[in-house]
Amino acid sequence: MVSSNTELGYNTKVEGEVMVSRADAVINWIRNNSMWPMPMGLACCAIELMATASSRFDIARFGAEVMRFSPRQSDCMIVAGTVTYKMAPHVRRIYDQMAAPKWVIAMGACASSGGMYRSYATLQGVDRIVPVDVYVSGCPPRPEALLDALMKLQAKVKREPSSKRLLSA
Amino acid sequence: MSEVLTALKAKFPQATDRPSSDHPAVNVPIGELVAVLGHLRDTGYDLLMDMTAIDWAEGASPRFTVVYHVMRSTKGGDYVRVAANCASATDPVVPSVVSLWPGADWHERECYDMFGIKFEGHPDLRRILMWDGYPYFPLRKEFPLAGIETPLPDAEITAETGAKVIAAPMQGGPFVASPGEVNLTDAEPRAKDESWSDRRPQPGQEPLKQVKE
Repeated sequence: MVSSNTELGYNTKVEGEVMVSRADAVINWIRNNSMWPMPMGLACCAIELMATASSRFDIARFGAEVMRFSPRQSDCMIVAGTVTYKMAPHVRRIYDQMAAPKWVIAMGACASSGGMYRSYATLQGVDRIVPVDVYVSGCPPRPEALLDALMKLQAKVKREPSSKRLLSA
Repeated sequence: MSEVLTALKAKFPQATDRPSSDHPAVNVPIGELVAVLGHLRDTGYDLLMDMTAIDWAEGASPRFTVVYHVMRSTKGGDYVRVAANCASATDPVVPSVVSLWPGADWHERECYDMFGIKFEGHPDLRRILMWDGYPYFPLRKEFPLAGIETPLPDAEITAETGAKVIAAPMQGGPFVASPGEVNLTDAEPRAKDESWSDRRPQPGQEPLKQVKE
């Protein structure tokens, strides 16, 4: 006689030592929850970026607390601040040094569009030199806005065909 | 007239009064500039607070004037302003005062960067804000605020991204604040000419209707 399963939690004995899922779901789940930022703090937005990382807002709740100051170890470049033309090649070079997969958040008005700096010295939007995934408005944006951008990016990453890209790479 | 100017003019007869609404100010010939500033430094005005330049306009004579503010840092804390006109409008040259104040180094580099004024005797006269090889001097009157199209400082990145330094889109700007405005929204920096804005009704065109959400 077969007795009914009365377990409430997950029991590996029921299905064996195996879980079944889609490769995309697993890969994206891993990428989502360990999105290490490359803090490209260039102006006052960097102060809000630091506030986002600290205890009141705590970006660690979203798995992105490990600010990597090495592009080799980071996944998501947060361009926080005014990018001058003098700095622009360095921003691009650091982006190039990041290992794929990599994403970019343009934090604040300056990084998104040049902001109030309509001048000879300021790059008019960081999307002229690197591909941007999420733009955050504000001058500077509140930490909640950056967290919202991070969650939007995570939602975007969740939809990516990661296994297909890995196989075709 | 202040005592310091009386004493200064007794020692340097070529120095003349300069109109000023705050600090004592004096015009000196460019040849005497280092001697005057050295004298001021040795008589108590030991701190070079600021050093900058004025571009009067294209075609003006003199075109460039350098301005120094020196302060008595240990007693009184009062300022003296010293100005000198550059002889040449096309190739302005000023003697460096880095020998008097090492702190003048970066001031003079900035002045060179922005105005193209050469400082004779400066130990390391390079651009300080713009990158080496930038072809213009941005604070000169003939240079537009939006900038002039040039390549990026790094040729490799230019080739990779196709980006370049562009004249910034001004869209009716420059963007200026309205001082004295009580309404904070209206006091925000904005272009005075808003004819480009699609929120303002254009001549010969129906104004955009507010869409209710």
